[in-house]
Parts: sequence; structure tokens; C-alpha cells
Amino acid sequence: MAVLDQPLSKTEPNSEPLLAVDGIHTYYGKSHILHGVSLEVGRGEVVGLLGRNGVGKSTTLKAIAGIVHPSQGEVRFEGRSIARLPSHRLARLGIGYVPEDRRIFPLLTVLENLRVGFDRHGMDKARKTELIDKAYTYFPVLAERRNQSGGTLSGGEQQMLAIARAMMLEPKIILLDEPTEGLMPRMVSQIQEIIEVLRRQDVAVLLVEQNVPLALGACRRVYFIEKGEVRHHALASELRATDAVVRQYLGV
Amino acid sequence: MGNAIDQILIQTINGVVTGMILALVSSGLTLIFGIMDVVNFAHGELFMLGAYVGVLTLAVTGNFWLALISASLLIALLGAAIYLVTLRPLIGRDPLTTILATFGISLVLQNYALWQFGPVSRKISEPIGGHFTLFYLDYPWYRVAVALLSAAIIGGFWLFLKFGTWGIWIRATTQDRVMAQAMGVPVPWVLTGVFAIGSGMAAASGVLFGPFGGVDPTMGLNWILRAFIVVVVGGMGSLGGSIAAAIFISLLEAYASLWVSPSQAVIVSFVVLIVTLLVRPTGLFVATPK
Amino acid sequence: MRRGHGLVFWTGFAVVIALLTVAPFILSEFWRRFLTEILIWGLLAMSSDILIGYTGMISFGHSAFFGLGMYGAAAALLTTNPPDLWLALFYGLIAAAAIAAFVAYFSTRLRDIYFAITTLIFSQIFYVVIFTWTAVTGGENGLNFDQPALGFGRGLSIPFTPTILHWFVLAVVAGSYLLLRRITRSPFGMVLQSIRENEARTRAIGYPIERYKIVAVMLSGLFAGLAGVLYAIQNQFAAPDFVFFLVSGETVIYNVVGGIGTLVGPIVGAAFFLLLREGLSRFLTEYYLIPLGVIFIAIVIFLPQGLLGFARRWLNQ
Repeated sequence: MAVLDQPLSKTEPNSEPLLAVDGIHTYYGKSHILHGVSLEVGRGEVVGLLGRNGVGKSTTLKAIAGIVHPSQGEVRFEGRSIARLPSHRLARLGIGYVPEDRRIFPLLTVLENLRVGFDRHGMDKARKTELIDKAYTYFPVLAERRNQSGGTLSGGEQQMLAIARAMMLEPKIILLDEPTEGLMPRMVSQIQEIIEVLRRQDVAVLLVEQNVPLALGACRRVYFIEKGEVRHHALASELRATDAVVRQYLGV
Repeated sequence: MGNAIDQILIQTINGVVTGMILALVSSGLTLIFGIMDVVNFAHGELFMLGAYVGVLTLAVTGNFWLALISASLLIALLGAAIYLVTLRPLIGRDPLTTILATFGISLVLQNYALWQFGPVSRKISEPIGGHFTLFYLDYPWYRVAVALLSAAIIGGFWLFLKFGTWGIWIRATTQDRVMAQAMGVPVPWVLTGVFAIGSGMAAASGVLFGPFGGVDPTMGLNWILRAFIVVVVGGMGSLGGSIAAAIFISLLEAYASLWVSPSQAVIVSFVVLIVTLLVRPTGLFVATPK
Repeated sequence: MRRGHGLVFWTGFAVVIALLTVAPFILSEFWRRFLTEILIWGLLAMSSDILIGYTGMISFGHSAFFGLGMYGAAAALLTTNPPDLWLALFYGLIAAAAIAAFVAYFSTRLRDIYFAITTLIFSQIFYVVIFTWTAVTGGENGLNFDQPALGFGRGLSIPFTPTILHWFVLAVVAGSYLLLRRITRSPFGMVLQSIRENEARTRAIGYPIERYKIVAVMLSGLFAGLAGVLYAIQNQFAAPDFVFFLVSGETVIYNVVGGIGTLVGPIVGAAFFLLLREGLSRFLTEYYLIPLGVIFIAIVIFLPQGLLGFARRWLNQ
């Protein structure tokens, strides 16, 4: 059920959105998790997905990333239908995924973590080195710890690594699942900067967050999810964190 | 006859030699378990078929090294085929089913060998002849060569895991299969590849062991049992653990055979297993109990 | 509905028993013996189902229980004169129970795969011990002994003819089946199934899982030992081959082919597999085990509920 309160001009009217999710349903055993979620993300756009715990935000990202497959509905990326493709194909197509618990490879070094994603055909050594150096520039702490095992990093450092790792794929969109959860305020602003860097590089971001001010600051548009459905959709600029509608979908 | 010290030293070398072969067989088994949670009952039969391919290649070409390589490659391919046909459809199902499927495969392969080659044992002649004098014995050079070769293969594999592209993919898949796939690692192919590599290693062990005891369709049974013990004692999924456990158990068995017959010496490995299960079920040689 | 279901069951049961009772008169000597053996292997498979199908513990150790039941009976039959049936049963069950207690201890400390491998290795331990302890067990050649008679205390003693033996086995197996059926449908059995489905949750609800598992293993071991005793009585020999882990593997095959968790399934599976083996061995004398193995693998992949499960679904359509 696609619910858009008012038509919003997301991207140029006559171009396809980068990512279009249309009425997807997912099940976990017998539980019906997503009841027809629809949303869109334009090229280079930062879009937010907000809602309480357990409403289906992470599941939506997983469905897009190919980690779970919707039993009904469509997911289109750059115009092609991807709902049935396995996640490694989607990664190659340009969908980056940063999961809620980071899930970096604990027994691989920082450098090896970064290398997992991009050892693919057709990429020459120079380009690989370039990408790694770029990661070290944006995340200096990773450069320091390049030979340390991922499991020995702090929570914030692991989050940096998880994002950098996704960036090694040179993705067109990054799915970020609650990146600031459990982080100190200093790291939270670092995440904000990273999202801004991505936006400037024309990488789209679909951001799931509980931190409303951050989300409203970083995103152009936000969707509100409740009980597995998109219930509201607005431009971030027209919302305040204290608005009634925000409290309705995120309050206790 | 030499004195006790000499005998013990000779058994030490014997133990290390057998231990290295056992380590090679067990590495494949523990790798397969570590990455895809599959207990490969058919591993012993892959070992056995590798030995037979070695026999055949040797008969045709007369070259032991060619036999070793061809056996490893062919059985690796067989392993990949087995994985694709019978194990891939079982992904996500109850682990019981993979144990049963590989058990069924072991039956099929064993009887195939029995049918094709007959029950009479065949011989692979040693590629490196000659002996050197070790205390009071003429100790065959070949045994030393086997230990070194096994170590080389395992070492090469370890390097591959540490530094190669595929090595990183394999390690990532072992640690977090879902995220590896989300990072673009072609996990289905990695799993097939690992099963193939494990099979190839088993086959290589079979060829290396061939000159020791003769090749017959039931040779896999002995080794699979010991290999399972090694994998449990060494910690399932731990490459280093299996190697240490393999040598440890083989040494103990070698010493035991100074007093009892070889078929009874095997009880030693059983005892080690029971002790491990009672004291440290996750593996005697694992650094920290999980 | 419940009563109707009960009626269907008992009618079916009576029909099957009647057929099996009459069978010795119709079948040739070979097939009569074959049928008796199917019953015995079926009992073994049924005992294994308690663990695999109901408690969710894969065991490759049933050859140990079976073998010890067999050797226990052999011990009794060799040491008493005239050989005493009930003593054989007693010795066999005690031996099996002792091993079951040993295995039961480990069952509470190991999870799935470790338990499976450990039970397999235990079978092998017994195999090696029996194989090498030639003085006591006869080693490779096993033990031969006389068949006991069906004795009921003073005076009344009926020697076993093939038919009477068949009926005796049938009575024991049928009785075991009814008893096991009663147990699996009792609250105890329900807890076992709950353990199979979700051990953590069952433990969280408050059940002492360890105790249930121990009882399950003991139960399973006892009936497996019983099968061993019956086998010893029928064939009048005991051999280490039956303790080799492949026998356990075959038992598990019967379970899976027939359908785990059904009690009847394993018996059906045993019958199917043994008949198939017999049939194939006549046509393809040399390599008949290969297609058998392939069929087994196919069933594991495509018919995970076994033949019984498949039949059930087919009938429900």
C-alpha cells in the first residue's frame, strides 16, 4: 500500500528514482513483518526511515540488500527488478549495506575487512590502493589500526569500519541501519560528517535512525513506518523534532 | 634390537609422519565444517578414491608426482560436483540432513570402489626409494618425504588463506556468511570451492599414504574415524588445532603400539576423545574455550 | 473425532498383527525368516526414533546397544544349561542399559553434532574391544550358542520352532511398539518433542532437560538391546560386525526413509530398505548397494518426511 500524503518532487519528474520499493511483504516463519512497504530514493539523495523499535525498518533495509527476500512486491534498482537477486549480486550492482550491529569480520584485520569487498575482476591495483587511501583519509582511526583485528576495535571504530567497508564497493546507495546507536556524541557528529561526505559524492543514503534531530538534519525526506507499513512521508525541512507527527510515530 | 630410547625416538618420528598425513586429511574436514557446518562423512571415501586415482595414474604414467596432482584435481572436481548436487539443495535445512546425505554418499562411493576395483588391495610404489640408517633401523626416506610434503601442502594452504583473494573470501565467509555475501563475496561459489579444496586435500593424503599400507575400498573407514576425533579434539573449524591434535594423537598411538598391537593402539585416540569431551568439549587445543 | 481416530488405529493395528501372525504359514522358509528379521531391525529402528524423531538427538551409537544386547544374551545362553530365555533377556538388557547410562551421561553435555560423532566413536570403541578381546568375545569369529526354549517356569517349556519364534518376536515387537506409543503420547513424550523443537525454550519454561534426555537415552538403549537379544536368539550367534558403526548408520537410514518421529515409520523404513536391498541384489549382483545409496540420498533431499510423511501428504490431498 503506497502511502504518500502529498506528491513531493523528489528528483526531476521524468527520471526514474535510483531505488523504488513497491508494496513489499515479508514473513519470518508465520509472522507477517512487512505489510506492503513502498518508498523511493533518488540519485544522491539522503532519505530517512523513522519509526519505533520493531516496526520493520531493519527488515526493509534487509529486503533491499537481498538478505531477506520479499514474498510479494517489487524492488527496482536503476530500473531493474532486483527482489529475487542474492545479496552478492546486489553488492556488485552498487548497493552497500551497513547493518545495525556493524558485523565487521572480527578475526580479519582492518585492512582485510576493507579488502573483502573490492577484490573483484577488472579493478587494477592502483585503483584499489586509491580506494583504501580514501578510506584512510575519511577515517584516520582506521589507518592507525590497519593491522589490528576487527574484533579489538571499539564500538565507534567498528562503525567507521563498517561504513568504510561498504564504501569500498563504490556503491550508488548505502543502506545505513542505526549508525549512531550506542555511540558517544563525538562519534555521532562524525557520522553526520560521513553522511554529508557521501551526499557530496552523489552516493544516495537510506538512513534508518532513532536519533530524530540527526535524521532531520541529514535527510532531505523522511518516511515514517509503523507496524510494517509506511504511514507518513514528508520533507525534512518542514518538520521539527518536537512536532506532533514525529511524536506520534516515534514517541512511547 | 635397540634400546628403549631408540625405540621411543623411532616411534616419535613414525608418529609425526602419520600425524602429518592425518593432519592433512583432518584439515579438509575441519575446514568444511568451519565454513559450512557440514560434517562430511564421505571424507574417508574421498581419501580412498584419491588413492585409487593415484594407482591408476601411476600405472599409466609411472610418475608419482603426476599421480598426486591428478588425484587432487580430479577428486576436488568430484567434491565440487557432490556439493552442488547433494549438499547445496540442503542449505538451510536441519543439520541432520547433511550428516545423512554425506553418509549416503560415503556408502555409494565405497561400493562404487568395491565394484570397480575389487576388494583386493593395490600397491602404490614409493617414489623415493632408499633408506637411511636411523639407529638400528633402515628408515625409509619416503616417510620423511611424506611428512615434509604434507607439511608443505598444509603450509601452502595456510598462506593461501592468509594472503590470497580467495583466502580472504573464505575467512570472511567462515566468520559471517551473511555479511560476506552482502559485501559482494560470491558465497555459493566459495562454499563449493572450499568443499572442493577439502576433497582435494583428502585425495592428496590418500596418495601419500598409498605406499604405506596399500589401497583398498575400506581404507577410508579407518581414517574417517580418526579424522573426526582429531577435528573434535582440535576444535571444530580450527586449522591449527587439527594439526596439533593430529600429531598429538598419532604420537600417543605410536608410543602405545610399543606395548599393544596396532589395532588396540587405536583405543588411545578414543580415550583422548573422551577426556576432551569431559574436560574441554570445544577442543583441547583451542586457545580460549568459547 | 478422537474416538474415531482411535478406532481407525486399533482396527489397522489388528489387521497388521493378524497378517503378520498368519504369514509364517504362507511364506517360504526364506521369506518367513526375512520377515522376522524385518521385525527385529524395525524394533531397533524404532528405538532409535525415540532419540532422533522425538528428542531431536542424532545417535549413531545404536549398534553398541544392539551389539551389547546380543552379547549379553550370548553370555547367558553360553553359561547356563539348559540355556534360559529369560536370563538371556535379562543379561542383554542389563548390558544395554549399562552402556546406555554411559552414553546418557554424555548426551547431557554435548550438543547435536558432537553428540552424533561421539556416539559413533563409542560404537567403534566397543567394536574394537569386542574384536580384540578374543578370549571373552570370540573376537572376529563371534560366538555360537544354542537356542533357548520358551520356558514358563517349572515344567512348561516349548522349544522354538521357526513359527513359534516368529510369533514370539512379533509379540515382543508389537508389545514394544504399543508401549513406546503410549510413552510418546504421554506428557513425558510431549516434553521430549518440545525439546526437539526448541530446547532453549523448553529449558526456559522450567523443565529439567538433562533428566529427560537421560531417560530418553536409557529407553532407547533398552529397546535397542532388546532387539539385539532377539537377534541372538533367532540366529544363535553374536558377531562384532553388528557393533560396527555402519549398523548404526543403516538404522538411521531406516528411520529417515520411513519417516522420523512416527514410530511406525522406522519399521516401514526397515522393511522398505531391506526388501529393496534383497530385490536389487538379485538383479544387480555386484553393485546393488550403489542404487540403494542413491535412493537414500534422494529421499533425504526430496522426501525429508520419509515415506510415511509422503504417504500422509498424498492421502490428504
